[in-house]
Amino acid sequence: MDKNIVFRAAAIIIFLVLPLLVKSNYLLGILIIIGLYTIIVIGLGILMGYAGQVSFGHAAFFGLGAYSVAVLSTAYRWPTFAALLAAVVVPGLLAALIGRPTLKLKELYLVLATLAFGILVHIFFNEAREITGGPSGLTGIPYLSLGGLVFDRDIKFYYLVWSTVLLISLGVNNLIHSRVGRALRAIRESEHAAETSGIDTASLKLQAFVFSAVLAGLAGGLYAYYVTFISPSPFGFHTSVLFVLMAVVGGLGTFWGPLLGTGLVVALGEILRWAVPLAIPGAGGEYQIIFFGVILVVIMIVKPEGLGSIIKFSKKSVEKGVR
Amino acid sequence: MVDLSSQLLQLLFSGLTLGSIYALIALALVTTFNITGVLNLAQGEFVALGALLAASLFAAGLPLPLVFILTVAGVAILGGLVERSAIYPARGASSMTLIIITIGLSISLRGLALLVWGTDPLLLPAFSSGGPILIGGAAINPQSLWIFGLTAVTLAMLFAFFELTYLGKAVRACEINRTAARLVGINPGAMSLLAFAGSGAIGAAAGIFIAPLTLATYDMGFMLGVKGFVAAVIGGMNNVGGAVLGGFILGVLEIYSAGLVSSGLKDAVALLVLLAVLLIRPEGLVGVIAGRKV
Amino acid sequence: MRKRIKLLAGLAVLIITAGLLLSGCGGKDTGAKAGGDKEPYKIGAVIDISGPSSSLGIPERNTLQMLTEKINAAGGINGHPLELTILDNKSDETEAVLAVKKLIDQQKVLAVIGCSSSGPSMAMIDTVQKEKVPMISLAAASKIVEPVQERQWVFKTAQSDIVVVNRLAGYLKEKGLNKIAFLYMNNAYGDGGRIAFTAAAEPAGLQIVTEEKFEATDVDMTPQLTRVKASGAQAVVIWAIPPSASIVTKNFKDLGLSIPLLHSHGVGNQNFIDLAQGAADGVILPIGKLTVTGQIPDSDPQKEVLATYIDEYSKKYNSSPNSFGGYAWDAFYLLINAIEKAGPDRAAIRDQLEKTENYIGVSGVFNMSATDHNGLKEDSMVNVKIEGGQWKLLE
Repeated sequence: MDKNIVFRAAAIIIFLVLPLLVKSNYLLGILIIIGLYTIIVIGLGILMGYAGQVSFGHAAFFGLGAYSVAVLSTAYRWPTFAALLAAVVVPGLLAALIGRPTLKLKELYLVLATLAFGILVHIFFNEAREITGGPSGLTGIPYLSLGGLVFDRDIKFYYLVWSTVLLISLGVNNLIHSRVGRALRAIRESEHAAETSGIDTASLKLQAFVFSAVLAGLAGGLYAYYVTFISPSPFGFHTSVLFVLMAVVGGLGTFWGPLLGTGLVVALGEILRWAVPLAIPGAGGEYQIIFFGVILVVIMIVKPEGLGSIIKFSKKSVEKGVR
Repeated sequence: MVDLSSQLLQLLFSGLTLGSIYALIALALVTTFNITGVLNLAQGEFVALGALLAASLFAAGLPLPLVFILTVAGVAILGGLVERSAIYPARGASSMTLIIITIGLSISLRGLALLVWGTDPLLLPAFSSGGPILIGGAAINPQSLWIFGLTAVTLAMLFAFFELTYLGKAVRACEINRTAARLVGINPGAMSLLAFAGSGAIGAAAGIFIAPLTLATYDMGFMLGVKGFVAAVIGGMNNVGGAVLGGFILGVLEIYSAGLVSSGLKDAVALLVLLAVLLIRPEGLVGVIAGRKV
Repeated sequence: MRKRIKLLAGLAVLIITAGLLLSGCGGKDTGAKAGGDKEPYKIGAVIDISGPSSSLGIPERNTLQMLTEKINAAGGINGHPLELTILDNKSDETEAVLAVKKLIDQQKVLAVIGCSSSGPSMAMIDTVQKEKVPMISLAAASKIVEPVQERQWVFKTAQSDIVVVNRLAGYLKEKGLNKIAFLYMNNAYGDGGRIAFTAAAEPAGLQIVTEEKFEATDVDMTPQLTRVKASGAQAVVIWAIPPSASIVTKNFKDLGLSIPLLHSHGVGNQNFIDLAQGAADGVILPIGKLTVTGQIPDSDPQKEVLATYIDEYSKKYNSSPNSFGGYAWDAFYLLINAIEKAGPDRAAIRDQLEKTENYIGVSGVFNMSATDHNGLKEDSMVNVKIEGGQWKLLE
């Protein structure tokens, strides 16, 4: 336990000092994107690692958050913070609505249903021109302002995003060690057993689903304020797969998993982008997709519980991954 | 001006053509699923690889029948390789893990296709020359007839294989009870290999037949694969006849909604049907009507 | 066991660190250290080199690299060598924003060229406006440079949709075809065309009797064309790029439709004709002059620059250039001319770009102004008809 605290304290110090060492805005940009994805992957980690459910449609919630912010803060001129709240509420409500019937489905049917849901929402972004601007997207999203503080610089955004990551991580960590966390793990191990020991499994699964949608929406809202332009393309099926990849690579049901998975996948993308043209001149980014696919396959075969499990710092704090 | 009945007939022809493409993919999916328990989300990529490989071989000057044989054999081998390298090592894993593996495979195969063939679409000429055939004021492309033919032949071959051959019966035994099958000397691993090679072959054949209509592109597989699933789910996941029927229902529904209501609706209709079927009748619409499985 | 854990953990941290460090220093500098010992001028480009728009981006990258070498071999700009950093945005909006930030903050570029397609170009606008860096987009959508008061720093070299639309509308009016069916592919390109065509139709006295769309991945457009057939249209205008543009053209012929078929400039490459398998014959479209260089009269002011581009590009890359590469050629020279006059000062470069007058380029003759950041008129394009698989200059 002591060791755990040391590591976490070290992480917080690194988080505070990093931007001072990093002179480049580009690197800061990547760290912000890692932070945003980490928020989503934390939620997905709860859903997959604890509640034992899967979602191949989380890019839809990410997109709904982003579009909520974009539409409300431009066309309806909502205050930016109110629009951010909507980015949390809208995906959350939708998740609550579709969650109960969807989560009754088992395994491959759940995969198909979430996949279909994700593509449907993506079609909506493309088709509802009056609201979403269609394939051309929406511009002119203002900067987020909280009180007198305007998040117009990457450095401010960095602290905003990573403070959010930190708060959520700590909150989730407490949750996991509470009664709810134990109940969730029970569902993962055996839904029937959990049911018979008096756990309301349907309600808990729904809560996990809604929670993960809320986090994805929050990340989407922040993303819209960061990039200040959105179009449907970043919210397609491939992004959903990317999120699952990050969650799985990092390891499900671990404290460090989401951060590790997101960091590894994003960093690997950067390495491949740099290394591949060196090895094969003229090659573009297409190699990257192959590598991601292969990595996903290899990890699922060799270590389905994810890489996060190899750096468990405390035996007590983390349970074993999903089967 | 065109009268409504010939417009409806025209749409029906298109719907049936599209439907038989979906049916072929659904057939391969359902067969693999029933033998191995794996839902192969990379099935659409086999179609894309078949189309691309055939287009390149044809461009290299080989005659069409030889192109067909080489491509089907090539993709079947690839299907087998994929099974040995990715599915077999994870055979004990949960079905969720296996689905994620096939998604990973799908991404890798698409990347591979992009690498080899690039983003430019490739061309395969129609099998028979001559323009569209006119029936009752509506035009039907001769290539559509080829596709109907392939669907019928594939269905007949699968049926004959399962009902009439020893191997087919072994496969079915394996599907009913793995342990019992093993006890009587049937190797589920070999059956799984066979299923993937077979679905590679079916996928490749479908790709070759549709390429003259759709062109061959590296990213054509994903959406076809998804539609194939929707068809399979409509028909019931464990029903070969249902898969074909599901494919036709989906194809006709899509084309009618695009042609009569709005062209933006097409993909949404397929997915809404999928969700509705999943939530209301997960065992498939056709399951009850068509009776026993395989 | 503990050792292995530490090793793996270390490895993971190493990969992340390496990735982050590389992301900081990656990027290809094609700047030769030629041209004396004066401080190099740095410019950047964000191009769709990989991903769905790579067929646009690759000739653009090739052209930019070729021109940078050429400039430096000739002694640079006013004796300063040129340093060009080209980054790949993978045809993705987020990557484009990150890339342009990197160019501005790290490379301290004077100006940015890019992107190849409209989505990523739009995504970069907020950043360059905020940082006050001139940007020249290579994409089509008019929205990129309009309204100009909100796009002070943004220019573009590809003909805006409105130029193409005006040519199409002019042709239809001339032929007395008033009832038009409009089909478009459902993405940013098709949507831009739809907006421009709808706006231009009424003033030109054209009536859009039906409007249909299809997805870029659709394999059969018969339903849409069946509706066109039933609508009583006198001509069809399609706004799409291959392969779907080829498929819809093929379906059009298969259905036995015989009314005139007009396409946008998005099909202005050989690929479209090949993929349509003969069905493209008879299609009419406006196109940049590059494709029909051999047929335009010698009196055309662009003739010389077109011939030069074709000659230089085919010598270096063993393939013919296309209009996308031409957009990059124009962006490059517009920028170099501005830097020559303005020196290494972003605001002065922007002002010079806006003052561009009679620059004769591959895509047309550019005349920019405070209200027009594209600077191309209808005369930058010609109408062609496809006959026997060849482009045939009309008029």
